[in-house]
Amino acid sequence: MSRVRVLVGTKKGAFILTADGKRQSWEISGPHFAGWEMYHLKGSPADPNRIYASQTSGWFGQIIQRSDDGGKTWNPPGTKPEDLMGAGGMPNGKSNMFLYEGEVGMHKFHDGSQHPWEFKRIWHIEPSLTDPDTAYAGAEDAALFKTTDGGKTWKELPGLRQAKGHLWQPGEGGMGLHTIVLDPSNANRIYIAISAAGAFRTDDGGKTWKPITRGLKSQYELPDPDAEVGHCIHRMAMHPSRPNVLFMQKHWDVLRTDNAGDLWTDVGGNLPTDFGFPIDVHAHEPETIYVVPITSDSLHYPPDGKLRVYRSKTGGNEWEALTKGLPQKDCYVNVLRDAMAVDSLDKCGIYFGTTGGQVYGSPDSGNSWTPIVRDLPAVYSVEVQTLP
Amino acid sequence: MIRVVLPYHLRNLARVDGEVQLEVAGPATVRALLDALEARHPVLRGTIRDHDTLRRRPFIRYFACKEDLSLDPPETALPEAVANGTEPFLVVGAMAGG
Repeated sequence: MSRVRVLVGTKKGAFILTADGKRQSWEISGPHFAGWEMYHLKGSPADPNRIYASQTSGWFGQIIQRSDDGGKTWNPPGTKPEDLMGAGGMPNGKSNMFLYEGEVGMHKFHDGSQHPWEFKRIWHIEPSLTDPDTAYAGAEDAALFKTTDGGKTWKELPGLRQAKGHLWQPGEGGMGLHTIVLDPSNANRIYIAISAAGAFRTDDGGKTWKPITRGLKSQYELPDPDAEVGHCIHRMAMHPSRPNVLFMQKHWDVLRTDNAGDLWTDVGGNLPTDFGFPIDVHAHEPETIYVVPITSDSLHYPPDGKLRVYRSKTGGNEWEALTKGLPQKDCYVNVLRDAMAVDSLDKCGIYFGTTGGQVYGSPDSGNSWTPIVRDLPAVYSVEVQTLP
Repeated sequence: MIRVVLPYHLRNLARVDGEVQLEVAGPATVRALLDALEARHPVLRGTIRDHDTLRRRPFIRYFACKEDLSLDPPETALPEAVANGTEPFLVVGAMAGG
């Protein structure tokens, strides 16, 4: 029987939740890396035992961790005992080194001045669809890094910051590259999104990038609502069968594009509020999408204290509230951008984590929900692996 | 032999219990000490000093002999009591406040 493994990054460590295909009885392991901020963990589609994790600390900086046995044991890449005894002698400790390429460059700062890029942390790791040793990492300050040696070394794809990077300006939450979407039909096409900078696409494997923001409107956030860069994208999602169709949760607005980002249209429809953070797509129904409406940019909790996932089976515009098993009073948690995921079992499972430390799961495409765990630290990220 | 006390999270990261004991080649300075520490435990690179500039990370402190050495230039000689192993060199995560 198939199994699922849910990878949860929290403010104070990582947790791994496993269940069989029924998804009713769960085993919890963790905290892994106790006390550290675990921004993101994600498994390789090409080798599910290979999991990358971003471990960060305001004191001690950035650590990359890697598991080759499905999360049982972890090592910073390049520091296994066999590496230490290798012909090259001591490893270089480069797995944690994220250096901007060339001249570090400047971006727009809060005060309007130009400010040099300063690496702070990795927000998101996106393993290659085909090669376990290749992965992309999204950084704050915003940049995209790539490894081709299993995380031992990382190299920036600097062309991204040439896409009007001097105009990018951090919001209060930081200028982080948080979304990396790989096109399964075209290895040269990658989509990324950056908080308070926008969405971008490369069609040449990361050498050059262009903003894909036509149709976005940010009338309360930007002096020019139709600006090419500066939009605060919260999340983008794609169904692998339709790589030209993307869905977006922006700061305000839920949108879709049917032409790889060349034009976006608002599909917020009857949502109670179109502010929110995560968005995801059903594993088997490319027009079924999920969001978690949040009251507003000033009130980061669900409207009326009711935690509701909204589902559209029509690719947007027409939404239904999913409430069964979710708290419908006195609930004031948030759901962060990287904290929703779907499995690919026959009955698609949906998972999300909250800033209150709950991880909810639905084994029936969102019709009903149960808390898998209730009392974790604030959840930063949720990913799921569907295992044979 | 110089004795180094690491904070909890860095001990876990380096997988060491208790103090780290290091031989430092040449003059015993803060820089030489940290070079030796990172050579022994490469995973610590970037956690105490910036990878590129080798500047102390903002919320790391160096204490020894009841003194805060954090702001001393890295070429400053370590106190004799640290250099001869009588007193440890403490790498400390600064207080978060709150």
